[in-house]
Amino acid sequence: MSKSYAEQFYYLMKLGRVFELRAKEEYMKGNIGGFLHLAIGEEAVHVGAVLGFGKGDIFVHYREHVYALARGMEPKYVMAELFGKITGVSKGKGGSMHLYDPKFNFYGGNAIVGAHLPHAVGAAYARKYTGDTTGVLASFGDGATNSGNFFEAINMAATWQVPVIFLCENNYYAIGTRVDRASPFADLYKKAKDYMPAVQIDGMDVFEVFETVKKAKEYVETEGKPYFIEALTYRYEPHSMSDTGDYRSPRELKIAKDKDPIENLKKKGLEKGLLTQEYIKFVDDKVQQIVEEAVEFALNSPEPPLEELYNDVFCEVCIDVIS
Amino acid sequence: MLYREALNKAMDEMMEKDPSVVILGEDVGFYGGNYKVTEGLYAKYGRKRVIDTPIAENSIVGTAIGMAIGGLRPIAEIMTVNFSLLAMDQIVNQLAKIRYMSGGKIVLPVVIRMPQGVAKQLAAQHSQSLERFFASVPGLRVFVASDATTAYYGLKYAITTDDPVIFLEHTLLYPEKMEIEEEKNFSPYRARIKKEGEGITIVSYLKMLHDTLKVVPIIEKELNTTCEVIDLCSINPLDISTIANSVKKTKRLVVITEEPKTGSYANEIINKVLEEVFYELDAPPLKIGSEDVPTPYNRTLELASIPTPEKIASLIIKWGRKHGI
Ligand SMILES: Cc1ncc(C[n+]2csc(CCOP(=O)(O)OP(=O)(O)O)c2C)c(N)n1
Ligand SMILES: [Mg+2]
Repeated sequence: MSKSYAEQFYYLMKLGRVFELRAKEEYMKGNIGGFLHLAIGEEAVHVGAVLGFGKGDIFVHYREHVYALARGMEPKYVMAELFGKITGVSKGKGGSMHLYDPKFNFYGGNAIVGAHLPHAVGAAYARKYTGDTTGVLASFGDGATNSGNFFEAINMAATWQVPVIFLCENNYYAIGTRVDRASPFADLYKKAKDYMPAVQIDGMDVFEVFETVKKAKEYVETEGKPYFIEALTYRYEPHSMSDTGDYRSPRELKIAKDKDPIENLKKKGLEKGLLTQEYIKFVDDKVQQIVEEAVEFALNSPEPPLEELYNDVFCEVCIDVIS
Repeated sequence: MLYREALNKAMDEMMEKDPSVVILGEDVGFYGGNYKVTEGLYAKYGRKRVIDTPIAENSIVGTAIGMAIGGLRPIAEIMTVNFSLLAMDQIVNQLAKIRYMSGGKIVLPVVIRMPQGVAKQLAAQHSQSLERFFASVPGLRVFVASDATTAYYGLKYAITTDDPVIFLEHTLLYPEKMEIEEEKNFSPYRARIKKEGEGITIVSYLKMLHDTLKVVPIIEKELNTTCEVIDLCSINPLDISTIANSVKKTKRLVVITEEPKTGSYANEIINKVLEEVFYELDAPPLKIGSEDVPTPYNRTLELASIPTPEKIASLIIKWGRKHGI
């Protein structure tokens, strides 16, 4: 593992954390509305996956801010989307759950659990069709593995032999339902293991996530077949801002927080000489500044003009045939 | 009492009375329901009767059908109507048709409860009103619960009837304070005259009904007339006689729904009224609904996309003036 990777991990994970804590604050102030799903605690999965994956199309569910940031989408444009401003990545029309940017091969942000999994399979098919062997990354929660879309997608990916990495973030809960209350077993990689290589990893360890996803990427691209990763992780915050999260015990939360992925990285990075105190301090200050600027930018950006309501419904603007 | 508590009370009483009544859905049990509608029922009736399901809408409805075949009376909660789209095969191809295809031998007393509508900035995939789809399927009863009274009596009726019922609620009504008004002979198939009037018949339901009632005084003052406001408790079947009788008196019809205007259920109401009383009308019917766009996240655009009390008032006043009220 190189020093530069460790530094990137730290930078992006810390950026994600500070960005989301700030988003939470802005939500309470009323500057952000709707559903806001935070990934605090899950940064190692999101950052490790994006960096390990590298080039290619990414499809994620609604808990996707950190994926977007790790992918290189600018914090100010992401924050502006959360604020519903015209400068946001989706012009303020999508909000927190719907960040899209084809420039970054980033296709959402989907608010229907499991719905993006077939999209990933189709995208991989299309790439293959045009002679492109680049793999596709689809990330989703434990709850999504109970949906028909999930089973249909893994079956088709394996049958069609397309290069998709299915990355399941098992944070043990689908809103208030613990994983073992909605599934006969809690080791979710088992759901895919007869279809494709399937592994379970520690999602609180960014090195492990990175290495696993990187290996999976090589596999899907050389073999042209799908791969399944279950990353065990935890969300420190409630499901969304409108959930209390009181179905989890303080003890359980504490155990998870003791494995904090950022602290974990700091410790390992310092031990192995991959990170320095100076770099950490530098990043901590830097991301604060970036996030402040992002909030400023979002606050000062204009609202979408009213005509935007009717734009983007279709590509082709039809003349009104009646009048 | 809150609107959602009226729904809870209906289910509680039916479960107490009839052991074959069960509830199933995502987070309905241990968690108490995403909108707290089933709160307390898990503790009271246990997990055998208040069943937490995986995220699997098609199979929530599918297993409810199987449960009904097996002699139970399931109430399936779909967390929001948006996710019912994943269950459309079970709802449309199965639930609506099995009784007919079996020559009436199989009955499916299934209730599917779900909230719909624009809440606040939940964006396009979480803000839909879909009654048009359900109301157009032969074999489904479709109820809309606009207040605590129709929520309570309507849901009890839905659980009791042997027909499948799609039971639509509105997300924003759940925390609203209202009381159940006692009714001796409640029928969901009778439309309800919420307010009598002479000059304009306004038909609506769910949240739009409340938004309309708020501005009726303004409309009446501006147009110097009175409005008769009708709440539909069932949209399939539709109580056309109550509406037609009102229109015969007022000579004018306004229909307000939250669905996007093109293809909305308001069209069905207007069409049926026209068939009955076309020659009695003094003005073309006015349809008020959402813009034909997916619901945007931005709050200003979101409000611009749906009927609001202010818009309802101004549209009706403008229409009234144009047509000589
Ligand atoms: C098809 C569908 N059903 C239900 C919901 C409501 N819902 C939103 S998130 C969620 C839980 C998903 O849990 P999981 O897949 O584990 O992802 P996590 O939120 O933990 O990241 C549910 C049930 C939805 N959005 N889509
Ligand atoms: Mg989860």
